[in-house]
Amino acid sequence: MFRLDQVSKTFQHALALDRISLEVAPGKTTVLIGPSGCGKSTLLRLLIGLIKPDQGTVFFDGFALDAATIPAIRRRLGYVIQQGGLFPHLTARQNVTVMADYHGWEAGRIDARIAELAGLTHFPADALDRYPGELSGGQNQRIALMRALFLDPDVLLLDEPLGALDPMIRYELQQDLRQVFGTLGKTVVMVTHDLAEAAYFGHAIVLMRDGRIAQRGTLQDMMSSPADEFVGRFIRAQRDHLSVPGAAT
Amino acid sequence: MKQLACIALLATSVTLLAGCERREAEVVIGSKNFTEAVILGEVLHGLVRQSGVPSRHQRALGGTRLVFNALASGEIDAYVEYTGTLTHEIFAAENPASDSDLRRLLARDRVVMAGTFGFQDNYALGLPEALAESLDIRTVSDLNDHPGLVVRVSSEFMDRADGWPGLRNFYQLPQQDVRGIEHDLAYRALAAGNADVTDLYTTDAEIAYYGLRVLDDDRGYFPRYDAVLLYRADLAERAPAAVAALERLLGRIDEEGMIAMNAAVKLERRTETEVAREFLREFLGSAVAGPVEGRGARLLRRTGEHLVLVSISLLCAVAVAVPLGILAARRPRLGHVVLGLVGIGQTIPALALLVVMVPLFGIGAGPALVALFVYSLLPIVRNTHAGITGIPTPLIESAEALGLPPLARLRRIELPLAMPTILAGIKTAAVINVGGATLGALVGAGGYGQPILTGIRLDDTGLILEGAVPSALLALAMQWLFERAERAVVPRGIRSNGR
Repeated sequence: MFRLDQVSKTFQHALALDRISLEVAPGKTTVLIGPSGCGKSTLLRLLIGLIKPDQGTVFFDGFALDAATIPAIRRRLGYVIQQGGLFPHLTARQNVTVMADYHGWEAGRIDARIAELAGLTHFPADALDRYPGELSGGQNQRIALMRALFLDPDVLLLDEPLGALDPMIRYELQQDLRQVFGTLGKTVVMVTHDLAEAAYFGHAIVLMRDGRIAQRGTLQDMMSSPADEFVGRFIRAQRDHLSVPGAAT
Repeated sequence: MKQLACIALLATSVTLLAGCERREAEVVIGSKNFTEAVILGEVLHGLVRQSGVPSRHQRALGGTRLVFNALASGEIDAYVEYTGTLTHEIFAAENPASDSDLRRLLARDRVVMAGTFGFQDNYALGLPEALAESLDIRTVSDLNDHPGLVVRVSSEFMDRADGWPGLRNFYQLPQQDVRGIEHDLAYRALAAGNADVTDLYTTDAEIAYYGLRVLDDDRGYFPRYDAVLLYRADLAERAPAAVAALERLLGRIDEEGMIAMNAAVKLERRTETEVAREFLREFLGSAVAGPVEGRGARLLRRTGEHLVLVSISLLCAVAVAVPLGILAARRPRLGHVVLGLVGIGQTIPALALLVVMVPLFGIGAGPALVALFVYSLLPIVRNTHAGITGIPTPLIESAEALGLPPLARLRRIELPLAMPTILAGIKTAAVINVGGATLGALVGAGGYGQPILTGIRLDDTGLILEGAVPSALLALAMQWLFERAERAVVPRGIRSNGR
């Protein structure tokens, strides 16, 4: 779905991405993981054209991303960020329908789509007319997901969508999200810093470090044959948290 | 839709401005901003009206220069001037030696000097009788022996070539503590003992009232100030009946009569209009018709004038400043320049701005509207800029990532999010404008400033309050209105005062 060809990006003399080449398979969930500052969010923002590469090219479905193609491509992408990025002056419903309103959808079509997505994301229908500030963090993320899905995009891009939630809600939403991905069969690219979450969602995991890809594959691959000493350390660090006494292996 | 609203707005403003312009057949009498001039203006106005010609009185327009220029440019048709002022102030550079010289100079501006009304209103210096007696001061020359005297003269006298500077050089006066002050306040300063010497007009009612001694101009410095009628040369063709009516008054007012009229206004607290009508009743032998405006009607008219000043200037400012603020937010470097420029606009003193605007926009509402417009720009531009640049980046990026094009993003996301800040800016501008519009009365724009100015002139606290109280109430009403508007326009999700 996406193909990156030798893509580099520098922010104020700091190299954020260093000649990355990567292919994102359609219909699968690809998870970008790595320590803070490894370039995983930058990579995601490149995919939706919020930033432009200094070198190299990003292709979507065969088209190179540039000023001319980005508007049309964005309609085929849905984007969710950590705090949801919901507009505080719009109700949950208005946030969800902002693009449909812009394209002039009829009310009936909009209502049907809302009902469908509220069911899918388990968002309570009676809360649709509340403002983001009046909803819980988990509900905000469900709205952000509904908004991203509204025009039925081919691809969902999620930048730490569960990062700011407390563990119980996070757990609940993880299950709901995986169910949504499974039901819709969309291409998903998700950024997280949590290895368990990456393993839970990802068909493919891309582990990044200092703007480069350290290893890509499944969690099993990385555990059994880490590409380098960093991969081993990264996996050990996260697994040690999980293997506290009494926890299941 | 927005463009339509803007065009409608512009059209309304132009129509309203045009409404302030003179009507074709109307004769406009002007007057300078002191009591005698206003009374005589009312008398001239009544005479023209009595002759069957429609007339309007632009009362207390301002100082000599402003009113004379209004006559020269045709904004007014006639007013009362003094020969000494013409010779030594308006045509000081030409130095006319005789009346015929003066008439020739006036003809260049297409102005006719018809003749004197029959009295002089000369400049003189005066000081309290008791003080004068104890220091034995009878003439201007006697002031030389008392350098410690505090001198407070009217601001115009302070600046005029034939005023204090000329007098000081002529008599070699030694006084150091000399300052300009509003003429009517000078009398009160003298009465309160805060000042010793002031300039006076020989027809002032206050001379007797405050018990002042008028000093003898022993070396003959002050020129004669014969009160004369000036009118535009083309008035004789446009409205011969009006000219005939005006000229009937020549030679018919003596010094005593003028002092009595001044006293009736300044000491007996009657209006200039009443006093002028009483004079005309005797002069013409018949009552002068004309509506008498009650306090309620007066207040209503001024409220109307004030609201027009505030609302039109504010609407135009919003139409210009909001786009400027958006532009400034979009293009930071240009924004720097824009914010700097409107900031400079704010630093121009209001009075200076008003006076500068008069040659460009005439007298009346025009210059006041422009000045208020300029003053309204800064708070609105600044708040629009701050409101838009203050939107968190994740929200802007979310809108962009959703695929909203820039204009739709501005309309659906950025402007609504910045709305509370923009509204606060407009509210600030509106409240400042209500106060600022009172200065409009200085250039004949009317409004609540009119009674304030008249009140200062007549030392009438009641009149001052008649302007100041409604003005303060209007400012409060504006504040309240904008808070209501905020509740109506700003969605609950981003209201500052909670949910």
